[in-house]
Amino acid sequence: MERVESEDEPVNDASLGLWTVPIAVLGGAIRVSTPFLFVSLGELVTEKSGRINLGLEGTLIMGAMSGFGVAYLTGSPWLGVLAAGLVGVMFGALHAAICSLPRVNDIAVGIALMIFGIGLAFYLGKPLVQPKAPTLPALPLGFWSDIPQVRAALEVNALFIVGLVFTPILSWALANTRWGLIVRMVGDSSEAARALGYSPLWVRLYATCFGGFMAGVGGSFLSLYYPGSWSEGLSSGQGITAVALVIFARWNPLACFGASLLFGGAGALGPALQAVGVTSGTYLLNAAPYFLTLLILVFSSSSRRRVAGAPGELSVTK
Amino acid sequence: MDAEPPRRAALARILDPLAAPVAAGVATIVIFGLFVSLAGRNPLEVYRLMAVGAFGSWFSWQNTLLRASPLLLTGLCTALPAQMGLVIIGGEGAFVIGGLAAIAAGLPFADAGAPAFVVWIAMGIAGMAAGGALIATAGALRHWRGVNETISSLLLSSIAIAVMNQIVEGPMRDPASLNKPSTRPLPDADLIGNLPGMDVHWGLALGLIACVLAWLLMRRTTFGFAARIVGGNSRAARMAGLPVGMMMVIVTGLGGAAAGLGGMIEVAAVQGDANANIAAGYGLSGILVAFLARQHPLAIIPVAVLLGGISASDGLLQRRLDLPDAAVLVLQGILFVALLAGEGLPSWSEWKARMSR
Repeated sequence: MERVESEDEPVNDASLGLWTVPIAVLGGAIRVSTPFLFVSLGELVTEKSGRINLGLEGTLIMGAMSGFGVAYLTGSPWLGVLAAGLVGVMFGALHAAICSLPRVNDIAVGIALMIFGIGLAFYLGKPLVQPKAPTLPALPLGFWSDIPQVRAALEVNALFIVGLVFTPILSWALANTRWGLIVRMVGDSSEAARALGYSPLWVRLYATCFGGFMAGVGGSFLSLYYPGSWSEGLSSGQGITAVALVIFARWNPLACFGASLLFGGAGALGPALQAVGVTSGTYLLNAAPYFLTLLILVFSSSSRRRVAGAPGELSVTK
Repeated sequence: MDAEPPRRAALARILDPLAAPVAAGVATIVIFGLFVSLAGRNPLEVYRLMAVGAFGSWFSWQNTLLRASPLLLTGLCTALPAQMGLVIIGGEGAFVIGGLAAIAAGLPFADAGAPAFVVWIAMGIAGMAAGGALIATAGALRHWRGVNETISSLLLSSIAIAVMNQIVEGPMRDPASLNKPSTRPLPDADLIGNLPGMDVHWGLALGLIACVLAWLLMRRTTFGFAARIVGGNSRAARMAGLPVGMMMVIVTGLGGAAAGLGGMIEVAAVQGDANANIAAGYGLSGILVAFLARQHPLAIIPVAVLLGGISASDGLLQRRLDLPDAAVLVLQGILFVALLAGEGLPSWSEWKARMSR
């Protein structure tokens, strides 16, 4: 990008013109996609094991609340992230334990835990609305530029980097390690897994706990980085969107990363356009991910065949 | 002969489905009691205030019924498709889009000076059509494209809420609504009034009628019988020549229409216009109502009154015991979780059979 500077016109929003939009969207996409990335990678592993957890919205909000609380009490945002993950593990274990009973519908349990998680987080989080907690660090990857907007956009938060590194590792582990193989086998045919001596219920317990951990960490991002405080309006449904995102990404971790950025970009486009004066259409932009996921589902499945790439035991694709 | 006498068998048929919800209720009372004890409140006092706040006076009864009436209709949005074995969770979207369509259809009639009942009929038809179309889409996609109805109804619901917000802030926004973007309000003469002698609007009566009609349709007609066969075994139903796809569209459409009617009532009797407040979670609570009622249309009535009572009591709990309003949400969550766990436990007759083996 070439900048034209005249003597009496220093670099500001106006001189960047329409470039402010893509730059802001890039920065926004990184920021907005971080919770999507964590929740969806966790849900991906859960779904790979043949179970769907719709309660991640509740887990996410519990993670946001408990992460904020622990960071506030200990002064360490990373302890907050860890606590959020552990709370997520507890919610995952609860989901898996109830689903282990016969005749129990995993979708209904998810909705129940969503209501429970949201209620509990709002209840316990009442005293946390006022205080300030230390926030997570960000890496100034825009140091090479002297344009403030570029610098702001490339202030990449540490959790995003963690997710960036973790995505290929998870992809490799699911494809190549013994654990990855067991999870996928349980998800594709619990009979085969049982025949080989693996207990599907235990494997799903671990996979759902992992999903809960990641959703809790994703929630802690909301309260510890952006917006960086605890309030009841913190989540705008990221936990539910992430479930759709896994389907959108066809159960592929690398595609999850791309889809998170895409969904994040759609979410960031509205505020970026508002900055240059376009104010209508933001609600529909935020709903675009749902619409895209629905289209993917409609065109990739048929009444005879299941969605390509879906785990065989997954109730929602049967 | 070790067959049970017929009267005891009939009794078991009534008591059996009640065992799990009652056990879940008892477990919830214990767990929530422990929860409020940890928060330093006396659980007995909490429950006493809840009973007073929900059913203690004519005033609180009316408050309870007022909160129960939308739940009657959103509960049907999940319970009706459940008769066919479908799990629909898009009631919130059907409620919201029903409310929006209702105001869009009602305002022109009101502007033209049509009598109030004409305005209401137009609003009711529009609301039911919009909500019905939304959920029927999920039923149609399930049958003809094999798309899971739970996920698609969730996605459709999120899209519907976004569309409502967009239209209320954009094309249909009343320039006079500054802080809270809303559509133009209905004239006062076209608002739905209260039932005679009560402070509860006519939506309660409509909700009760809808539940009874749903029960008659599903339990007393050939269509309902056929629908429940599909729910039991859809392949057998197809073999028997039942038009499974059409039936799915009709039943999901009826469920959505019920929620859409709920949205219409929320607009015409409570809010007076369409605004973001109509997405207040009635659809989400409706899912809980349907599951607690074990998807039985008549059982929705007492369950909706119970949940309406719980939410009606939160004001008293806040004022007297300083309990946060989220306590009600916690209680609902525990109840839902306990109920689902209870479904997994053996039923009374199963347990007896197992013990006597």
